[in-house]
Amino acid sequence: MLNQKMFWKSSLMRLLTRNEKYEPMNAIFYISAAIAVVSTAMAISRLNAVHALLYLIVSLLSVAQIFFILGAPFAAALEVIIYAGAIMVLFVFVIMMLNLGPSAMETERQWLRPGMWIGPVLLSAVLMAELVFVIANSGSHPAGSHEVGSGAVGIALFGPYALGVELASILLLAGLVGAYHLARQDSGNQSEGEV
Amino acid sequence: MIIFRHLVIVIGVFGAALSVSAGLVWLERRLLALWQDRYGPNRVGHFGLLQVVADGIKMFFKEDWIPPFADRPVFVIAPMLLLVTVLMPFAVIGFAPEIVVADLNIGLLFFLAMSALSVYGIVLGGWASNNKYALLGAVRAAAQMLSYEVFMGLSLMGVVILAGSFNLSEIVDAQKGMWNCIPQFLGLVLFTIAGFAETHRMPFDLPEAEAELVAGYHTEYSGMKFGLFFVGEYLGVTMISAMIVTLFFGGWLGPFLPPVAWFALKTFIFICGFILVRAALPRPRYDQLMGYAWKVLLPLALLNILVTGAIVLAVH
Repeated sequence: MLNQKMFWKSSLMRLLTRNEKYEPMNAIFYISAAIAVVSTAMAISRLNAVHALLYLIVSLLSVAQIFFILGAPFAAALEVIIYAGAIMVLFVFVIMMLNLGPSAMETERQWLRPGMWIGPVLLSAVLMAELVFVIANSGSHPAGSHEVGSGAVGIALFGPYALGVELASILLLAGLVGAYHLARQDSGNQSEGEV
Repeated sequence: MIIFRHLVIVIGVFGAALSVSAGLVWLERRLLALWQDRYGPNRVGHFGLLQVVADGIKMFFKEDWIPPFADRPVFVIAPMLLLVTVLMPFAVIGFAPEIVVADLNIGLLFFLAMSALSVYGIVLGGWASNNKYALLGAVRAAAQMLSYEVFMGLSLMGVVILAGSFNLSEIVDAQKGMWNCIPQFLGLVLFTIAGFAETHRMPFDLPEAEAELVAGYHTEYSGMKFGLFFVGEYLGVTMISAMIVTLFFGGWLGPFLPPVAWFALKTFIFICGFILVRAALPRPRYDQLMGYAWKVLLPLALLNILVTGAIVLAVH
């Protein structure tokens, strides 16, 4: 019994460490990567929209975890604050307002017929093959060899990529002005106190 | 030995946070009673101190009912999600120079990330209840917390500029000459208002406004699941008070007394402030709440960053 346990433990260690020295970070990386893949698959295949969104949030959190392990804590924090904490809240907000009932799940079930999967699966399989080929032909890189702090990110954003940042902010400003214009009440027809 | 020490710190910090927030239930009722010229709970134990224990036992033995029309898994997960996300920021708050669970370099961002995630507990709880009042509470919570989160993060950037770091211990050390509450007074006011909205306390408790929405997002909750929401609120009050002390009032810094005592004392004063505000201020209308956030507080937060940045650049 004890021998068997030892055997499993040692083979598990060998699987995780391969020929390098034992790296707990690698194990954590594989676990979070597996969670990301599984939760993304669940996000696609759930019939209930809110459940699908919850899996998507888990997927984003595990990607943040991977960023953290790879030595980019600033990117990890922003992933959680902006994507998981703000944008996904808006998604949940909208889905909540739509009040999707059993009929929506029925529609969803019809959309997710097995036949629908063939095309995307073939295309993804090609991508997967390419990825395996590329990884197999390149040397291994250690995870998190150096940390990219918040200062380095800021210098990169407002140094060589300043133009991109400015363009993105102009785009956001345009979106803001557009949203304001669409949501504005026509003051001629209806005053605020009338409601 | 190091692992043992670390374990003691972890258990101590989370135990202290949980027991303080449980004790707050009693403190709040007594202080509110004091300010409203009545006694409050004073029957169970000395000064009514065992009221918390009595309430806890009562809550444990209540029927834990899940409505048949609710979304069962989400309904069960929501209160846990709220409690965990409110508890996590205590891991990066330093109680004294060496007493901190995880001295993260991105400690402040970790706090912001957790407060961003704490919306889910309330929103999902309200949605999963499948009840109109709960849903209205959840919708209000989502809009309110998103709006106040935006300038909560921005109001703290002045502190980050002054300290040059997101690490909470370094932010405290940077206040050795002068506490941040003087150069960052505007930031302090903005952060405190945002803190009230984030913990959805009076006057910003519109998600659970009992006068119009029964009990808002936790209408359908009972027993210990309601207890988790309840403790989560007081945990949030403790957490925001501790953050105000760490960021603006020098954390553990202070003469004579040991650092932990200073930290506890300052935090206690701000907790009492939270309760006093509840006793003093009425609830605003919903559109006033949102307009106030976007039209007044957000521009002020941006102005604060601009002025602080300009001054720091000019001095260096």
